[in-house]
Formats: sequence, structure tokens, C-alpha cells
Amino acid sequence: MSEVIRLRRGLDIKIKGDAENVVDILSPPASVAVKPIDFPGLVPKLDVKPDTVVRTGDALFHDKYHPEVLFTAPVGGRIASVKRGERRRILEVVIETAKNPEEAEFSKADPNTLSGEEIKDQLLKSGLWPLIKRRPYGIVAYPDDKPKGIFVSTFDTSPLAPDYDFIIKKEKKAFQTGIDALAKLTEGTVYLGVKKDSIFSEVKNVRIRHFSGPHPAGNVGVQIHHIRPVFKGDVVWTINVQDVLFIGRLFLNGKLDMSKTIALTGSEIKNSQYYRTVTGAPVSLITDGRLKKADYRQRIISGNVLTGKHVKEQNHTGFYDSQITVIPEGDQYELLGWASPGLYKYSASKTFFSKILPKDEYELNANMHGGERAFVMTDQYKKVVPMDILPVFLLKAILANDIDKMEQLGIYEVIEEDFALCEFVCASKIKVQDILRGGINTMIKELG
Amino acid sequence: MQFLKKIFEKTEPYVEEGGKYHWLKSVHDGFFTLLFVPPRTSKTGTHIHDYIDLKRVMAIVVVATLPSLLFGMYNVGFQHYKAIGEFASTGFVNIFLYGLIKVLPIVIVSYVVGLGIEFFFAQIRGHEINEGFLVTGMLIPLIMPVETPLWMIALSTAFAVIFGKEVFGGTGMNIWNPALLARAFLFFAYPAHMSGNAVWVALGKNDRAVDTFTGATPMGNAAEGNINFDVSDAFFGLIPGSIGETSTLAILLGAIILIITGVGSWKIILSTFSGGLLMGIILNIFAGSNAYMSVPFWQHLVLGGFAFGAVFMATDPVSGAQTEKGKWIYGFLIGILAILIRVLNPAYPEGMMMAILLINTFAPLIDHYVVKGYIRRRTKRAYFYNKNIQENDL
Repeated sequence: MSEVIRLRRGLDIKIKGDAENVVDILSPPASVAVKPIDFPGLVPKLDVKPDTVVRTGDALFHDKYHPEVLFTAPVGGRIASVKRGERRRILEVVIETAKNPEEAEFSKADPNTLSGEEIKDQLLKSGLWPLIKRRPYGIVAYPDDKPKGIFVSTFDTSPLAPDYDFIIKKEKKAFQTGIDALAKLTEGTVYLGVKKDSIFSEVKNVRIRHFSGPHPAGNVGVQIHHIRPVFKGDVVWTINVQDVLFIGRLFLNGKLDMSKTIALTGSEIKNSQYYRTVTGAPVSLITDGRLKKADYRQRIISGNVLTGKHVKEQNHTGFYDSQITVIPEGDQYELLGWASPGLYKYSASKTFFSKILPKDEYELNANMHGGERAFVMTDQYKKVVPMDILPVFLLKAILANDIDKMEQLGIYEVIEEDFALCEFVCASKIKVQDILRGGINTMIKELG
Repeated sequence: MQFLKKIFEKTEPYVEEGGKYHWLKSVHDGFFTLLFVPPRTSKTGTHIHDYIDLKRVMAIVVVATLPSLLFGMYNVGFQHYKAIGEFASTGFVNIFLYGLIKVLPIVIVSYVVGLGIEFFFAQIRGHEINEGFLVTGMLIPLIMPVETPLWMIALSTAFAVIFGKEVFGGTGMNIWNPALLARAFLFFAYPAHMSGNAVWVALGKNDRAVDTFTGATPMGNAAEGNINFDVSDAFFGLIPGSIGETSTLAILLGAIILIITGVGSWKIILSTFSGGLLMGIILNIFAGSNAYMSVPFWQHLVLGGFAFGAVFMATDPVSGAQTEKGKWIYGFLIGILAILIRVLNPAYPEGMMMAILLINTFAPLIDHYVVKGYIRRRTKRAYFYNKNIQENDL
């Protein structure tokens, strides 16, 4: 298929701090962590306790309702701590890594020679299963799912997102192996959403679909909508590019290797570039010494500025994250800020003079720029959602707890990242992503 | 600047819970957030936010009303001096000042009463005060005749804010346009005051009008069968009428501001004008000997409150239709109904207010059917995919 699906709606936020195509390898981390809170809807059951010694690939905890789904140690060592939050909810399992950790053994084989069941088994045992998410809802896939297809978006259009063409240059074989393994897990096909002139168009055993357009053209949910939408009763799977590499390496080498290339980005970074480390590495390993000196607070985000999690230096990076973004906190008063001409204020609207004399990139901080209000403006959201969805009406149906309406308006097709831009442009500062996740949780609770 | 901020910060503990002046918290916070964008940063969801907020949106709408306000002030003076026969001998500045002195109290009363009530509701609900009234407070004076007594302005504003907005939950929740509710309240509660010819032109107690003066508006005359207005006067606005509605030119300047900034829906403005024009054409076709029906269809756009209503009232995003398709239907119906009422109904010389309020009522219904149509289309698409597409075909 050579036709390009051109998406017109959306917004490329012109934010400062894009990463240069340079990679530095970081020293092995002193600790890694796996956080159950990275997996929406998961109820974890611990398999270890502090001081237990684990190999790379040994189980740390499993899903209470699907006990075969294991979450394993990205690097072996000694369990340093199990952090808990309110109501003893497990927040984080921290491992003090060993210098030469023992590694759990898995079978080395060409996925094309294995059956779907065998591949599934290996993924479950190695802890790589949670890399696969299911739609609807964007939660970890159920082992007994029968997905109609598996979708991988090979380019990320989020602000300052890493360039996957750059990252997998040297690991094309591992990527192909990973794809071959995934292809066996579905009766349908594996689809790759690719951008123009991408090396991913050479991947075999998949159907390629070309996409172009502003963010969120790179969101897998948006791509699914334009390839084969998810309606009631459908299940499809999604997985990130680097996670496919982990699967490929597992079958190529028989070992768990969750080394990852992470982009350190944002206006507060001295030299934005890529770093090679491992999943769950400490934030400080990546950020220490690399932040600009400032007399104001800076915000470190694991992930991108739209969907990432606010972290501190002493935390660890998220399971699914391939970037860290650092922006100014912006917790300062501004005199009559709402009335200023705003030549340097980036806005998706036409209400600031920055539209008349646009710059190439802007500094954006974490200030809300206004208080939370009710829905007032009516045409902001639709302009940034390149799907046949009525975002405001879906959100109102969620707020009204109207399950029938939520189904009819497409709650099966979206997760937070697909509506994140709505939250960015909203003049009423409505917590769109929170509302959407609340709606998804309601659907899971009521309909399973 | 620092000095101002320090005052607000120093007084903050007094208005918090348990503080001596806790009842003034909404007022304190309201003015604080008006002067200083607070240092609140994102706690959940997106870390960055667009710089736009409702204060800016409302401020832009108010700016868009300024041409009408300023021209309206001049026009009040103009009509006054023309009525007492001294227009030729009065300078521009004096004419404008006369209007300013007449109009400013109305604006002040509207804002003070409206904001006072809004602060009260914000306080008892424990919310921040909402910016909605910043616009309503300016629109109310602009749709009132200049000689409306100030106590009536206060009463109608209170009615509009309480029963038109707060009762439903405040900004973002109202069914009807609050400014129009204020006007409708006066129209129905004090009909003797609001109709007739005494309210439109400002005459002081000691002023003597010239013999030819009637004080009637072109709308009032037309309703009685006298079509005697001058079209260019009507376009520029030198005719009697409500304070802000007369100058189509000033209103168009406002419309341009609203459309360029994306704050006002061009779809609603365009469809409202189109509906009005269509009704005008229909009336022209069936006019026969009826003078009013024969008024050239396009002239309806410069008469009365039609243009003002189309640009500033119908475009209220909360009380209007909220789907894009719905906006076309909504505006069109308003245009049609306004001209229909105006020309064919002897009881209402101006139909715009009633048309907008009525279609406000139907806006949710319009949206309901648009959404229903959308859902039907989605369901058909799902059916098609599940029945007809084999996986290999994709």
C-alpha cells in the first residue's frame, strides 16, 4: 500500500528542547524499579520481599486476576524496598542492581518455527507480556484475548519525542524478530504505521500504512481508527517500538535484555540528546549534571509533556517511557498575564500576537495559565482530534455516567494520549485525561 | 506591582477558613486572580497548557463590543441634540460627553449588581468567581434604551444573573442568554416603560424637543406602517434605538474581531444573517401592498437589534448549539424567526430577542439530533466493518 493517510486535524506544539541524534551510553544503574502504577487497572500481588535476591527476568509481582502475567526484574540484584502509598497500594519495587547479575534463561529460537502458544508462554514467563496493551481501554493485554490485529506506530509525534528511525538503526534484525513473534499471536495481521521515508517500511511480515500530519498522527489509537476501528466487542493489541526490540532480543539471545535508548529533552536541558540505559533506570542517572542551572524550579517528566508522569530525581523512569522532558515549573505570579499581547506566548488559538509573528520554538512551563472552569468554548477540542469522534459529547457522557452514550460515542477507541491535546488547548482547563480514564474505569467495572 | 502582590498575600490569611473576613474570600481571590495569574501548576494530566483562558476570551469579547459602546455613547448625544434642535451648534466632544454621562451609569450599575451577585454565589459555593459576567455586564447596557431608569437596570440584571445563570449552576450551565433575559424581563415586567417613544432618546427635565420630534425608532415606526428610515443612517447608526444596537458598522468591526480571534463562531453569524436575508426575500415575494413586507430584504440587517443579536448574542457558546452542524441550523432558525416576528407580529416591533431566546431553548434539541445522526453513522460503519471486511482484505 503506497497511499498516504493524510491527517489534517491536530497540533504540533512548537516547544524548545528537541534531542540531537547523538547517543551516549550511561554506566549501569545502581538501582532499577518497576512501578505497578505504570499499568492502569492493575492489581499487583508481590512475589518478592525486601532482601530477596532476583535474577534478571525473575518475577517481582504478578497480576492478581491473571496470575500468569508476570512483571519481572529488568536487571537482577537484591530487592531494596517496596514503596507503598495510600491504603498500602504498591507504588514501586526497587532493586539494588548487582554488578554481574545472574540472568534467567529462556529459549532461543526463531519465532517463525514456534507456535503462538509457545511464544505467548515465553513472553509471560519473561515478564515481557505487559509490553503488549489491548484496545479498548489501553490496559495490559489479557492472555486469553483473541486480537483482530496488532498495531505498532513507528513514529511518535508527541512534543520532543524520540526518533525511532534513529534508535533502531543498528537493531533491525531484533525488530524483525520481535515482529515475527507478535505475528504468531494473532489470527489477523501486524500493522505498522510509518511516516514518509522511514526505514520501517522495509519490515517484513506486516502491513505498512503511511501516515502524515500533525500530532497525534503518530498515536497508535489514531492510526487504528483509520485502519480498522475498534467497535464494541473488538480487541486489538498495541506495542511500542523499543518494546518490540525487547521481544526480538528475547528470542534471538534467549535472555531478557531491556536496554533502552531514552531521549533527554526539554528547554531546561543543556544539550538535548539520547542516552542508552535500561528500562526502570533511575531518573538521576539520566539527568544529573545535565540540567541548566536555574534560580527557579524545574519539572522533570518521565515521558512527554502531554501524557508523562511528574517525577523527581530520586524516582525511576516509567516502564513504557522512552523520553524524559524537563521544563520550567512556572510557579510564579504574572501581572495581568491574561491581558498581555503575548508575542512570546505559544497558543493554539488566535488570541495572542504570537500568531502574527510566530517563532520556531517556544519555552513552555507547567503553569496552568488560568483556573478550572465549566465547558464554555465549543470548537476547541474537535480541531485537535483527527478521528471521527465528538470529544466534548463523549466527555459529557462520561461525566453523566451514561454508559450507553459512552459506548455509542466511541469510548472504545480512545485513551488519554488521544485526548491529551484537547486538555492542552482547553481554555477552561478541564482535566480531560482524568475524566477519560475515569470513564474507561467505569466501563471496565460495569462491562468487564 | 510587587507592592500590590504583597497586599493580596498579606490579606490572604484573613479570608481563609476561620479567618475574620472569610466571607470576603471570593472577592479577595477574584481580584487577586484578575490582577495576577496565579502560580498554579499542573497536578494531573498534561504538564503544559495553552496560554488561553476564559479571562482572555471574555476580555476579547468586551473589546469587540467597544466600537458599539463608543459609537452608542456618541449616538445618545447625537439623538439628544438633534431632538432639542441644537445639533448644529454643539461640538463633537460635547455630544460624546453627553452620551458618556448618560451611558456610563448604566454600565456601572450593570457590573456592580451583576458582579456583586456573582461574588455572593461564588462565596457560598466555595468556587472561584467565574468570568462570564465580564461580557454579560457589558452586553446588558448595550441592549437597553438609554432612558431606562437605573433601578430597572439593576433589577433586570439581578433577575438575569440569578434566574438566568446561577440557578442553573453558573457560567457554562445556562440555557438562555443572560443579557437577553435581562431585556426580556423589562419588556414583560414593565411594558409601559419599555415600549412607546419616551425611552429611546435622552431628554433632560428642562429640555424642550423640537416640534418634529417623536422619539420613535425606525422599528417602532415600521410596526405602525411608516417606513421612513434612511438606510445609510441605519448602517452607520445615527438612528434612535438601544444604546449599542444602532451602528451596523460598529457591530461589524466587533464581528471582525470575534472572527479573527476565533472567539465568536463565524458559522452562527453567517447562518443568522442568511436566515434573516431568506425571510426578507420571502416577505418581499409575498408582500403585495404591505409596506413593511416590501422593505428590501437586505435592509433588515441594518435595522433594529438584528445585527447586534447575530454577532454578540447568538454567538454565546453556552446558550447556543454546540455541534458544528447544529450551529448552522441554530443561526439560520434565529435569522428566519427574528425577521418573521419583526414584520408580521404587531405586538413585537423587534423580533431578535424573542427569536434568540426561543432558539436557545431548542439548541440542546438541535444538538441532540446532530449527535443522534452521528451515532447512527458510527453504528452503520461498525456494522459494515464487521459484516463485510475480512481481515485479509485490509
